[in-house]
Amino acid sequence: MELLRSLQITLAEEVLSISGLVLLLVAAWGGDKASRLISILSVAVLTVCALIAAPALCGSAMGPDVTAFSGQYRADAFAAFAKLLIYAGAGVTLIVAPAFFDRVRAMRAEFPLLVLFAALGMGIMVSAGDLLALYIGLELNSLASYVLASMLRSDERSAESGLKYFVLGSLASGILLYGVSLTYGFTGTTSFEGIRLALSHGLTTGATFGVVFVLAGLAFKISAAPFHMWTPDVYEGAPTPVTTFFATAPKVAALSLLMRVSLEAFGTQAHAWQQIVIFAALLSIVIGALGAIGQNNIKRLMAYSSINNVGFMLIGLACANQPGAAAMLIYLAIYVAMSVAGFVAVLMLKDADGEPVEAISDLAGLSKTRPGLAAALAAVMFSLAGIPPLFGFWGKFVVFQAAVQANLLALAAIGIAASVIGAFYYLKVVKVLYFDDATDKVTGKSDVAHTVLLVIATLFISPLGYLLTNWLHVLAGNAAAALFHVA
Amino acid sequence: MTGFPILSLLMLVPLVGAGLVLKANREQARLIALVATLIDFALGVVLWAHYDVGGAQWQFQERAALFSGFEWKLGIDGIALLLIALTVFLMPICIGASWNSIEKRAGEYYAAFLLMETLMIGVFTAQDLFLFYIMFEAGLIPMYLIIGIWGGADRIYASYKFFLYTLLGSVLMLIAMFWMVNVAGTSDIPTLMAYNFPVHAQTWLWLAFFASFAVKMPMWPVHTWLPDAHVQAPTAGSVILAGVLLKMGGYGFIRFSLPMFPEASAQFAPLVWGLSMAAVVITSLIALVQHDIKKLIAYSSVAHMAIVTIGLFAFNTQGLEGSMLIMLSHGLVAGALFLGVGVIYDRLHTREITRYGGLAINMPYYALFMLLFTMASIGLPGTSGFVGEFLSLMGVYAESSWVALVCTTGIILGAAYMLYLYRRVIFGDQKNADAAAMLDLDKREWAMMVPLAAVVLWMGVYPESFLAPMRKDIATLEHRLAPAKPKGDAQLKLGAGKPAPEEAAHGEAH
Repeated sequence: MELLRSLQITLAEEVLSISGLVLLLVAAWGGDKASRLISILSVAVLTVCALIAAPALCGSAMGPDVTAFSGQYRADAFAAFAKLLIYAGAGVTLIVAPAFFDRVRAMRAEFPLLVLFAALGMGIMVSAGDLLALYIGLELNSLASYVLASMLRSDERSAESGLKYFVLGSLASGILLYGVSLTYGFTGTTSFEGIRLALSHGLTTGATFGVVFVLAGLAFKISAAPFHMWTPDVYEGAPTPVTTFFATAPKVAALSLLMRVSLEAFGTQAHAWQQIVIFAALLSIVIGALGAIGQNNIKRLMAYSSINNVGFMLIGLACANQPGAAAMLIYLAIYVAMSVAGFVAVLMLKDADGEPVEAISDLAGLSKTRPGLAAALAAVMFSLAGIPPLFGFWGKFVVFQAAVQANLLALAAIGIAASVIGAFYYLKVVKVLYFDDATDKVTGKSDVAHTVLLVIATLFISPLGYLLTNWLHVLAGNAAAALFHVA
Repeated sequence: MTGFPILSLLMLVPLVGAGLVLKANREQARLIALVATLIDFALGVVLWAHYDVGGAQWQFQERAALFSGFEWKLGIDGIALLLIALTVFLMPICIGASWNSIEKRAGEYYAAFLLMETLMIGVFTAQDLFLFYIMFEAGLIPMYLIIGIWGGADRIYASYKFFLYTLLGSVLMLIAMFWMVNVAGTSDIPTLMAYNFPVHAQTWLWLAFFASFAVKMPMWPVHTWLPDAHVQAPTAGSVILAGVLLKMGGYGFIRFSLPMFPEASAQFAPLVWGLSMAAVVITSLIALVQHDIKKLIAYSSVAHMAIVTIGLFAFNTQGLEGSMLIMLSHGLVAGALFLGVGVIYDRLHTREITRYGGLAINMPYYALFMLLFTMASIGLPGTSGFVGEFLSLMGVYAESSWVALVCTTGIILGAAYMLYLYRRVIFGDQKNADAAAMLDLDKREWAMMVPLAAVVLWMGVYPESFLAPMRKDIATLEHRLAPAKPKGDAQLKLGAGKPAPEEAAHGEAH
């Protein structure tokens, strides 16, 4: 009975793994010709999984009813919130990829499958209730991601990016695993609830090391400074659809995982990790902003921007309370939309031969030749900078409000002042788009799917997004409540 | 009029216009923009006509719970009414000023202007702290684009400076707002205006708001973005920048800093006075040596705004009313002067003072209008400038005669640089053949100058029309400030004066 119930709760993961395996067989027999069909089916599978996950979020599911495999797995509202974003990010990747890969005849049947398995791994990550389940999910996702990064075999940069990601990612996994073993050694359990209970009486030195190592490993995965070095190289080298994927789904998964671990497992010792998070947050904001200033490659710029944005999200985590977690989730949702809009716009920047245009200086005067595309890109930039009335402002708004409510005034003041540094380089892109004389580099035709996705994402980050705030706050509130239910 | 969402409509008309002009060609775009701004002007007239002078403090209130965390809540008092009137009055003139001079990307240009109008009205009508912030900050984007795309040679530097300066000033205000809302439990501006924050917290909150409004105002020494932005912006951009955007700083002081943090305002009044005194003298002297007409007027704006801050921090009715009137008057006069510069710039494409001269001979009507606006800028009685400056200085004299003395020096310097400018550009010999060949005002320019001149004279001759709507609100504000009011140095000794007539009567009896 217990097994049956558990299988019911983990339905989304089962659907993903079984359909992934079936589609793998299709790929084995159908070859690369079937890749388009597999992509379409994969999107359908992700949609089904999203429909399975959604009720938990709307119904604010939490507690033992949604806990499977004796605490290993939780299908609560928090996991559902993260999963919806992950499936959305994965779905977008699958939709934008064919047009990109077809041009270089590199669309392979494995691509959608790897995305599916990565999504499966991420689903496990955000649902994990135990350090072991966490690690299984993390590795499943990471292995798929390493391959995805080097998907474009003809491109040296892609191979380099895959290798870099793999070496540094393994190092981070090692650090994380070391932290896990220390935590296990000093608490005697790997389950989050058990750790929470064991730590509630105080933190031994060994357990502190465990916490620090686990957080360091996860900081790598979310590309927070000072563990951010891999991000610009991997973002630049990986094929753009894969970069879209990296900037959305794994980011959501790793951040959700970080929230789950720090607020649930280490929740009773918040003061021990708060300083680490505050340090990482401020450092990420500053490094992300300063690093971006000198960049001329738009993908590298977006990479630094993602480091910068992770810093702002960590401010929500530093509050170590429910409003902070809810604020972080809202920021995460808006960030996914901004990343999608940004990278889809980058995908649409093509010269007459269809070659991608990545140098920012080549975008000069884009507003004259492609006004719609330039406007969307400018909206993304202003939104990432957090200038109202773009919706990106709302993410910063809720995060800083949570920080002020948690009495972290100094953090909020320094963080928001540092956001002005970031505004400088976002403005630089707008300047190139609007003020400079046209170079007419970007003349390539755009794919319909790209245009549609760009319009949807841009509408979401436009001021119209504010109309969604009521709804977004209820959902994020449900998710955060589920996260804090354990206590 | 109750229940009719006229304030939302005021914001919606330009917004719809902005959407329409985006895809239109030049001729259509300017026509749509003109119609939209004229409709808004008509709505503004209706608004003023239905405003119940002396009635409820907040009128035309609307609210809709559209968002989480803040509300769509609008409403105006007399102060906001006057600033909205200024905005809707100047906008059609701005469109007129751009009629022929904007040739490239006209659709986007007019869209940016109409968007600006929506946001400016939003700033003055917002009754929710966060709604105000969103409107206040959002104005940066269209103005950044206006300066950057349609500006002069050094436009990119100016647009960056404008954007980053104002953004850096504003972000800390947001943190202060979070703190206030957290403590007071509401983001409703009228409630917060009556809320007593702890005195020690007021200090920090005041400083955070000051950072934002001082940059916007702009106060010395954070005024340096203004001359750059003004010089590089197209004519209409300068008009709207001087006319309305600078008023947001003053509006911020009068709406937030003073009523919400009265104790801190009193505590920091000497700082404001000091900065304002420095501004009046220093920027006036700088204005005296400018070669660029626009830069000269930009520096004169900083000097005038310093008189506004002086009046605001005089903590009495005269000072506050005077400041409001200077803001309105400066909006008209500086707008008109920039417009005047635009008129000759369109003909000769230079702003160098020495390239002109003797315009009174070939452009007599232009010279006449410029004379009126120059005199209004100096503050000649009978023009709008006089009333405000007089009241403001009278207000501050009650507080500190030294501050009044230094600031009055600024008025004299103001006369010096404005008259010197007028002499060099309008009077004198016709040194330059091309300047001498310029034609006088055409019909379009007449249509822009006449309304401005009429209102400048109206405000100068019968300021009561403009004082009446805000009288009650200023009184409320003064009442709110009264407990915190710093002790002035001008101590009227009423008791000492009394015996004199008695003695006289005594003497007569003998």
